[in-house]
Amino acid sequence: MKLVRTSLLVACALAAPLAMGQNTAKIKIGLMLPYTGTYAALGNAIENGFRLYVEERGGKIAGREVEYVKVDDESDPSKATDNVNKLVKRDNVDVLVGTVHSGVAMVMAKVAKDTGTLLIIPNAGADAVTGPMCAPNIFRSSFSSYQPAYAMGEVAAKKGGKKAVTITHKYAAGDESVRAFREAFEKNGGQVIKDLNLPFPSVEYQALLTEIASLKPDLVYTFFAGGAAVKFVKDYAAAGLKKSIPLYGAGFLTDGTLDAQGADAEGLFTTLHYADSLGTPRDNSFRLAYAKTYKLQPDVYAVQGYDAAQILGIGATAVKGDLSKKAEFATAVEAAKIDSPRGVFTLSKAHNPVQDIYLRQVVGKENKVMGVAIKGLADPARGCRM
Amino acid sequence: MKLGKFLFVFLAFAALAVYPLVAGTYGIDLVTKVMIMALFALSLELLVGATGLVCFGQSAFLGIGAYAAVLLSPQDSSASVLWLLPVCVIAAAAYAALVGALSLRTSGVYFIMVTLAFAQMAYYVAHDTPLGGGTDGIYMLTKPVLGSVLDLDKPLTLYGFTLACLAGIFGAMALMLRSRFGRALAGIRVNEQRMRATGFSTFGYKWAAFVISGGIAGLAGFLFAVKDGVVNPELISWHVSGEVLIMIILGGLGHLRGALLGAFAFALLQEFFRSEAIFGEFSKHWHLGLGLTIIACVALLPRGLVGIPQQLVTRLMGRNQRIGAAPVGGQHAGQ
Amino acid sequence: MDLTTFLIQCLNALQYGLLLFLVASGLTLIFGIMGVINLAHGSFYMIGAYMAYALAPIVSSTFGGGFFAVLGVGLVLAVLLGYVLEWAFFSFLYQREHLQQVLMTYGLILVFEELRSLLVGDDVHGVSPPEILAGTFPLSDLMTYPVYRLFISAVCLLLALGMYLVFSRTRLGMMIRAGSTNREMVQSLGIDIKFLYRVVFAAGVAVAVFAGMIAAPVSSVYPGMGSSVLIICFVVVVIGGIGSIRGALLAALLIGVVDTFGKVLLPQASGVLVYVLMALILLWRPNGLFKAG
Repeated sequence: MKLVRTSLLVACALAAPLAMGQNTAKIKIGLMLPYTGTYAALGNAIENGFRLYVEERGGKIAGREVEYVKVDDESDPSKATDNVNKLVKRDNVDVLVGTVHSGVAMVMAKVAKDTGTLLIIPNAGADAVTGPMCAPNIFRSSFSSYQPAYAMGEVAAKKGGKKAVTITHKYAAGDESVRAFREAFEKNGGQVIKDLNLPFPSVEYQALLTEIASLKPDLVYTFFAGGAAVKFVKDYAAAGLKKSIPLYGAGFLTDGTLDAQGADAEGLFTTLHYADSLGTPRDNSFRLAYAKTYKLQPDVYAVQGYDAAQILGIGATAVKGDLSKKAEFATAVEAAKIDSPRGVFTLSKAHNPVQDIYLRQVVGKENKVMGVAIKGLADPARGCRM
Repeated sequence: MKLGKFLFVFLAFAALAVYPLVAGTYGIDLVTKVMIMALFALSLELLVGATGLVCFGQSAFLGIGAYAAVLLSPQDSSASVLWLLPVCVIAAAAYAALVGALSLRTSGVYFIMVTLAFAQMAYYVAHDTPLGGGTDGIYMLTKPVLGSVLDLDKPLTLYGFTLACLAGIFGAMALMLRSRFGRALAGIRVNEQRMRATGFSTFGYKWAAFVISGGIAGLAGFLFAVKDGVVNPELISWHVSGEVLIMIILGGLGHLRGALLGAFAFALLQEFFRSEAIFGEFSKHWHLGLGLTIIACVALLPRGLVGIPQQLVTRLMGRNQRIGAAPVGGQHAGQ
Repeated sequence: MDLTTFLIQCLNALQYGLLLFLVASGLTLIFGIMGVINLAHGSFYMIGAYMAYALAPIVSSTFGGGFFAVLGVGLVLAVLLGYVLEWAFFSFLYQREHLQQVLMTYGLILVFEELRSLLVGDDVHGVSPPEILAGTFPLSDLMTYPVYRLFISAVCLLLALGMYLVFSRTRLGMMIRAGSTNREMVQSLGIDIKFLYRVVFAAGVAVAVFAGMIAAPVSSVYPGMGSSVLIICFVVVVIGGIGSIRGALLAALLIGVVDTFGKVLLPQASGVLVYVLMALILLWRPNGLFKAG
């Protein structure tokens, strides 16, 4: 109605001068994360990790105070462009940080590429982000779907498996994970006899579990996360397969889900760039600080958020706080060794972490580190022209 | 009241026309998107409000228009609006023709679910087949142009083009609903059996409304793709179909301006509740505020937002009016 | 596919179908019999699951009860919730059009999800089945089957039977069916239709919550679980024919079969098979498989 329409006009008119860009001394950080919906817990963990790094430095990065603007991306790619535009065009953020869902991250990457805004991705593993969509102003502090999966492919082959069946949801993240597993597994003498998948977000696994039993592989590789991972591990154990067909997975299968999975997850091997019990001094101090500040245990998402802030810190310090010096920022970060709770890592030319992938086993309520599956694994960055 | 309604619509479009003069880049961006959603809402209003056909699969037509725009745009040079736009509209209308032909055999809630089923099939094609480009979506690398006159890559040009489409479709629909065709649709909405008894072939009229509605949604989809530069299968999900239905119910069914109001109100409400400036930390839980507002609207505004002037009038005049009575036919005569 | 595998898949199909009916039964009551479109049905299911998780420690510390005690407490709470909800939100909606119900229950979904986030948080949780039902029995040399799933199937069959008997063989059922067809007439016959509706609505909510609680050990508890079941529940009710309990049961079993065998035989299309099934059935029988009653 008229009142609504007038209010909109007034509101936007008031916002317009604010949107005309102010040059304050604060660094404006735009957090685009899922605050509602299935991934809300991850969004919160990432933000917590990010803030912890900044708080450890007195709330400043490169001498400039930090200001946060948050947008809930609802993990919805069809609304992603509008949401990113809120941060880039309305709030004129200096840095974009986000997100969890790969589809949304792809949209963020596109906008970042088009506008030249600095983007640091604290989770979404879409290979394309440091592949065809790579750019000098886009960085990732987490992983690419390729990395944990490829590492598991090697581990599984070396553990004596020859015939594998993969199972995942039918979507990009699942496909990329299974593909990388296959690459490593077959390179090491194994053979993937069948790829099973089910539509996202269905969690009715029984039919496929029966199928696995009839195929009788040496092992099963899976990629599931969140609620789907909890149900899969429980169903796999209840179907009796856990005793006879070893289950291997990308780390998300058992990350943040062990409480819910209980005894059904005991003994499962997974690969990830982080584990609950690394025991290094760096990790211990991080975990202590996180637990003290948030009264929660950190997880891989918190670490990724923390390291996103680290990357920003390293780059910003190198350009003495002048974030418009994009090329110098990139050079500094590319050359840096990032002292992360997960261990020291560097960024590849495509700006994806080159990191150790740990082999972990579930012992009690923890993902205990069993060793390093692959040291310094880099994503092949296929399609990246930088 | 008729002059009032006309004046309202005229002022609304005039306000939209001058808005770019006061708005920043974000404001233009936001309102362009809301206008596209308003166009989408208008397409559904034709079915739900005018004809009484509750379609729960409107997202399919939006998505087909959007995907057609992205898939048919050449990689290196700009396509011409003159052929790309009609193709997108026709593609969406073609699917609507198919869906309509099959779904109109059912009625009531069954019709709602069948339209959903067909939208889910389109979703599946986008989500699970190579045609759809995968779950992470596909990019539009070039934006269409109209010769050398209009470059839809420029935000202001796109704003104007969208406004022109919205105003044009609004006007065309207003005219159409006053015509014989529109009045037949109204008759079908009120009492289809009676219409058939008087000799109308109601199936033909319903099917035509379906096709036109699909085409308009396809136009909205085209604009959506041009604006965002990326399409994703989630555009065809039932959540999108649900949201546009919510918009027109919120705005008020049976009135074209209800669709506009609903789209703008829904967008504004979201902006309001998500605003950190107003709600601070609690803005994370914006769904709560939005949900409560919607519930309040249902409780207090049985006719939707369009009913506000009338309700104020009757409340001030103290007249006894039975709130909740189903609207009688002929609503669309006054827009 | 060899015989053993085929038989196991049939068991999977049957069990999934029965689980679907259990979840959809609340919707059959409220939507099928009362004619109220309740989009918040998925939210009630979610509330049930979260109750199973959240009440367990409270119940065990207050009076030492286990899973079944939690079920009992949850049921009582659910009936109360349904009663209050009907009184506060739905009683004025019966006279309004269906679409007003759509709008309001959409608002309710948002409110319930956010309340869940505020009260219990956003983490994923698991619920353990009770000790006596936690075992498995062997199906083949590799596969075992959890006893708890059989328990769920049994509960579902009992529920279906119970609902059917109440609605077709008792006075209460007769009054409810009459009330849904002609509210004013029933009222003029001296029956307190408002109270009747409140009872049925509360029962519908209770059944949905109960389904969430019972299914929690197999489905696990996570945000967004409500929205994933919502659509499939409507599909079940619609294929079966609105108002028909045996229709809903048959529809649920059909979907179980299509979903299970579809995943194995036609995995590329398994996401859409249920919708193709629904479209085909509705084109053949535009009012669902069975008539009301």
